[in-house]
Amino acid sequence: MTDVTVADEAMPEASARQEGRARRRAARGAAAEPADRPGLARRLVRGWVPPLLLALVLIGVWYYVSLVALRPEKRFLLPPPHEIFTEGFADPRVRADILEATWVTTKAAMLGLAIAVVLGSGLVVLMAQASWVRRSFYPWIVVLQTIPTLAMVPVIGFWFGYSLAPRVTVCVIITMFPLVINPLQGMLGASRGLHDLMTLGGANRLTRLIQLQIPAALPDFFTGLQSAAGLSVVGATVGDFFFGRGEIGLGLLISKYTQRLESAPMLAVVFSTCVLGVLVFLAFGALGRRVVGRWSEAWGAR
Amino acid sequence: MVRPLVQFERVERTFGSVRALAPCDLSVQRGELVSIVGPSGCGKSTLLRLASNLDKPTGGRIRFATDSVGYVFQDPTLMPWRTVRGNAELLGRLAGMSRREARAAAEAALATVGLADFADHLPRQLSGGMRMRVSLARSLVINPEVFLFDEPFGALDEITRGRLNLVLLDLFAQRRFAGLFVTHSVEEAVFLSTRVVVMSARPGRIVAEFEVPFDLPRRLDLRYTPEFAQLAGKVATALEEAS
Ligand SMILES: Nc1ncnc2c1ncn2[C@@H]1O[C@H](COP(=O)(O)OP(=O)(O)O)[C@@H](O)[C@H]1O
Ligand SMILES: [Mg+2]
Repeated sequence: MTDVTVADEAMPEASARQEGRARRRAARGAAAEPADRPGLARRLVRGWVPPLLLALVLIGVWYYVSLVALRPEKRFLLPPPHEIFTEGFADPRVRADILEATWVTTKAAMLGLAIAVVLGSGLVVLMAQASWVRRSFYPWIVVLQTIPTLAMVPVIGFWFGYSLAPRVTVCVIITMFPLVINPLQGMLGASRGLHDLMTLGGANRLTRLIQLQIPAALPDFFTGLQSAAGLSVVGATVGDFFFGRGEIGLGLLISKYTQRLESAPMLAVVFSTCVLGVLVFLAFGALGRRVVGRWSEAWGAR
Repeated sequence: MVRPLVQFERVERTFGSVRALAPCDLSVQRGELVSIVGPSGCGKSTLLRLASNLDKPTGGRIRFATDSVGYVFQDPTLMPWRTVRGNAELLGRLAGMSRREARAAAEAALATVGLADFADHLPRQLSGGMRMRVSLARSLVINPEVFLFDEPFGALDEITRGRLNLVLLDLFAQRRFAGLFVTHSVEEAVFLSTRVVVMSARPGRIVAEFEVPFDLPRRLDLRYTPEFAQLAGKVATALEEAS
């Protein structure tokens, strides 16, 4: 046997790849990085300073409207930002309400998301098996997306009552679309060459699914999961708001405080909802990076 | 005469209105490494797909005396989520080897192509040439009787290509598979093979065949001998007439 020690060739495609990655990251909404990756400190500065500056400006405008533009007797319409804390989070009653409501909403959102993941993934696996299955389902998935789910909340309440089940149902309907479309695209994107390879190896459908199609779908699945997770919080909150009764989640809490004209606690709830949405988004992003970040360039592999 | 492992009899392939392959007769037997040269788009890849049974002819017939086929595609075609070792094990596992057998075979194959130290790397961490070698190792694992190569070294630099040619010749000398090697380099075709087939464009036809008389093993400097130059010149002339 010849002793071949072929030198490691240079990697001319590296820069092209980096460009592709930057494009994909930009497409995912993350900040595009320059090719010559600056140090961590510089990246933190570039990533955090602009949005924080913008936030400062907006808070300034908010103070101006609240304290200068509004006459004192109208100030309850928009209390100054610090009152969200002094009259919102600092108040133990409000804090307890918010914690309880956050739990109720998170429960509905995550349960809905979990069910949608199971249903959606099952559907994707079916749809990837044959084009006639795909053609049968595809239009209905699009229709599902166009259902004005929130406008239907009264009917859903009529059918399923006002407890957890209808809230979860709303979340499932709202989160289903990205959980089908994204992984399906990934699954169908598995290269023809790899399919040929599986054929040559005599792989059956199940082997092909497990060894090729599912791994190929994972990066897009996590992209879909991340959007779906954000949607599920919105769905649970707004659904709750429209249901108008049952366990008090974040949506109902907002309407409760609004009815009592308690603007500061109401804004504290809105703020909490945003934080919950962002946390969920970050958590599922971290999960995606953890599972496929090692190899998928769309998920940060470098 | 030994029975060919793959035999094309008046094989045709049309895609809609495009005639990719005109009636073609070609056979390859154990211990033969047949190179196929021809202008691009003349149906070389089509011919390999037919020879691997991934595609079916629209006319004529193909006789197979084996279903043990290795196919090195034009692109490395690796699974980005598997390590180099994992990729090399794939076909062995599909062929029913145990985990341990497949691993041992994969590691031996990686050593053969000079990638033993990269078994735990992911494909994206390798250069183009290294990925191509993983692809070659992956097919070596199953020790196929028929080995198909579709311009496997076309995108590589001269030095790497020369080395991989030697690796391939060495494997051929040991294993005596039946090989079909598509290339657009006349030199590579003559250097590697025992027979060179020249194809013409649209519809793809075999227009000339040349026996290559040089003994195995061959050394890279064979390419600078007068005999080699003379044969390569004949092939190049046939190729030019065919284009
Ligand atoms: N799947 C296909 N569908 C339609 N046309 C094809 C297909 N595969 C190959 N062809 C056509 O057949 C001809 C030969 O293609 P190919 O075998 O790839 O050529 P080569 O490998 O020699 O460059 C080309 O004209 C190509 O467009
Ligand atoms: Mg080709």
